[in-house]
Amino acid sequence: MSAHSEHHVVPVKVYLAIFGALMVGTALTVFVAQFNFGVLNVLIALTVACIKATLVILFFMHVAYSSRLTKVVIGAGIFWFAILIFMTITDYRVRQDWHVGLGSLEKPAAEQPAAPQPSGSGH
Amino acid sequence: MEIAAQPAETQEESVNYLNVNHTVKSWLLTLDHKRIGILYLLSISLFFLIGGIYASLIRLELVTPRGDLLTPEMYNRVFTMHGVIMIFFFLIPSIPATLGNFLLPLMLGAKDVAFPRLNLLSWYIFIIGGAMMMYTLVSGGIDTGWTFYPPYSSIYSNSQVTLAGVSIFITGFSSILTGLNFMVTIHTMRAPGLTWFRMPLFLWGMYSTSLIQILGTPVIAITVLALAFERTLQIGIFDPKLGGDPVLFQHMFWFYSHPAVYIMVIPGMGVISEIIASMTRKAIFGYHFVAFSSLAIAVFGFLVWGHHMFTSSQSMYQGLVFSLITYAVAIPSAIKTFNWVATIYKGSVSYDTPMIYALAFLGLFTIGGMTGLFLAAMGLDIHLHDTYFVVAHFHYVMVGGQIIAYLGGLHFWWPKMTGRMYSEIWGRISAVIIFLGFNLTFFPQFVLGYLGMPRRYHAYVPEFQTLHVLSSAGASILALGFLMPGIYLTASLFFGKKAEANPWQAYGLEWQTASPPPLENFTYDPVVTHEAYDFDSVKEIQEAREKVAVTA
Ligand SMILES: [Cu+2]
Repeated sequence: MSAHSEHHVVPVKVYLAIFGALMVGTALTVFVAQFNFGVLNVLIALTVACIKATLVILFFMHVAYSSRLTKVVIGAGIFWFAILIFMTITDYRVRQDWHVGLGSLEKPAAEQPAAPQPSGSGH
Repeated sequence: MEIAAQPAETQEESVNYLNVNHTVKSWLLTLDHKRIGILYLLSISLFFLIGGIYASLIRLELVTPRGDLLTPEMYNRVFTMHGVIMIFFFLIPSIPATLGNFLLPLMLGAKDVAFPRLNLLSWYIFIIGGAMMMYTLVSGGIDTGWTFYPPYSSIYSNSQVTLAGVSIFITGFSSILTGLNFMVTIHTMRAPGLTWFRMPLFLWGMYSTSLIQILGTPVIAITVLALAFERTLQIGIFDPKLGGDPVLFQHMFWFYSHPAVYIMVIPGMGVISEIIASMTRKAIFGYHFVAFSSLAIAVFGFLVWGHHMFTSSQSMYQGLVFSLITYAVAIPSAIKTFNWVATIYKGSVSYDTPMIYALAFLGLFTIGGMTGLFLAAMGLDIHLHDTYFVVAHFHYVMVGGQIIAYLGGLHFWWPKMTGRMYSEIWGRISAVIIFLGFNLTFFPQFVLGYLGMPRRYHAYVPEFQTLHVLSSAGASILALGFLMPGIYLTASLFFGKKAEANPWQAYGLEWQTASPPPLENFTYDPVVTHEAYDFDSVKEIQEAREKVAVTA
């Protein structure tokens, strides 16, 4: 891998092929947007977008030809972003359950508007 | 270390990085990491002074229970500007950008950092961001608290939130570039023989810090930018009416801002390792554990941010996980603390100024860290959240930990940076004054917070006055303590006696070259042949160098 790290010349053909793939991805996104897949709408759009981004990173940004260390750094960036998304989304998922759970524990009295939670700040 | 040398010592006084050129232009366009370190030192000292003036205003206001010195609006601006300036413009750049810039290539045996131009660029970006923040300050200031929480910051605040956000966005790039530069330098420019596990622990600290700077800072940059867009264009990320969520801001903000605590404190820990090793003449106990604990803090520090959000609408289950990981992340810090103490044990300890700072660090950082565990307990946090207990806790970490370590490091490497010795007696006196003043300022705040004094209030019930007066009295002692190094260190530049290459008889490549170092750091090509902190070899190395210098 590291042998490739210096001044790798990418043939124009590769760039054109990637460009073509990106255009196909764009067309696909526009095409599927005309149908309603329900919850899958966002999933499909994001999947196509992620594939396109991966192609850009690997070929246009030359990561496919870079040293292993560069790949680790980029992988770490993506992994860290995944931590941010994962733990934030988890909050939204289980936050809902907790309010529902609390509701079922209480007497089935008339719906009370939840008291506004003070949102403070830490250090 | 062996030396393939030229006769360096004979012309020691002649050319060094300071006297090589005196023009202003040579400073403003310098690519020398040492000069860039000095430029940072001057700029952050200015910001520290400004942040300190705001701190004094806060403590003056709180001497009396009634808010009679500042209007509430003004008080909000004062504590916000204190926090923003101290955190983004002093604490975060302090050790990496000054001591780190100066020392990292020297400790590696390199001529400079990997990207000298990028290094200078990062200083200019810092200055542009800082200038914007100064403009923010005089054109109305900001009143949101340094945490910028919406919806107040996005909808209601009438202050310069957008401008401040953009200024922090810009400054962030300076931090990212410094981190990137250091990381590449450590990977690629270590001297022959300097393996990863022979590196001084300061460099392990700098490496871990760079990791956080590179992985975390982009998130705060995009967060404050999103806030700026929210304010100006109502794009609806944080506004529930438009489908957004204010708590999302807290998630994004703390994803960076908790690790940012470690950007501030890990370099401090690195400094403490160097000082303790040199001042006890012992290798740091459990070198590998101390090295890896820096990395562990850097990585696991990213998984605990929700402990700032226990009283928000964050899920309780999520809170439990964040609480648990927060307890776990205390372990590496504890490992370091125990290892430092084990290093001091039976060492031949000299109580020079840097060591006084290091000992102060051990005590104060332990208090700061342990009270963090109080706050990580979800139940107790409900009581303590947003009180002066939190304020005391993070000042024990930030001032008692980071600033104390920074000052210790500044004194330790001052002879190397300037070629002059400061007055040792004044150094010790001011270190003790800072220690006493600090405790008098912040210890009463633990009690105040426990009793229910909320933070960010400019007026309070009369029962709290005694403790507030104690705190303000401590603050004036602390301010005096901080002014003293400014005076005697400056005086040492003119009247101090000339420093030898290795005034502490310390181990490490930076002590092998002249004080101040020559333009390209070394007059020979350094080779490392010993493990880190091998103090028995210091004399041997020195004699070998002298022999080469004489025979050459
Ligand atoms: Cu935190």
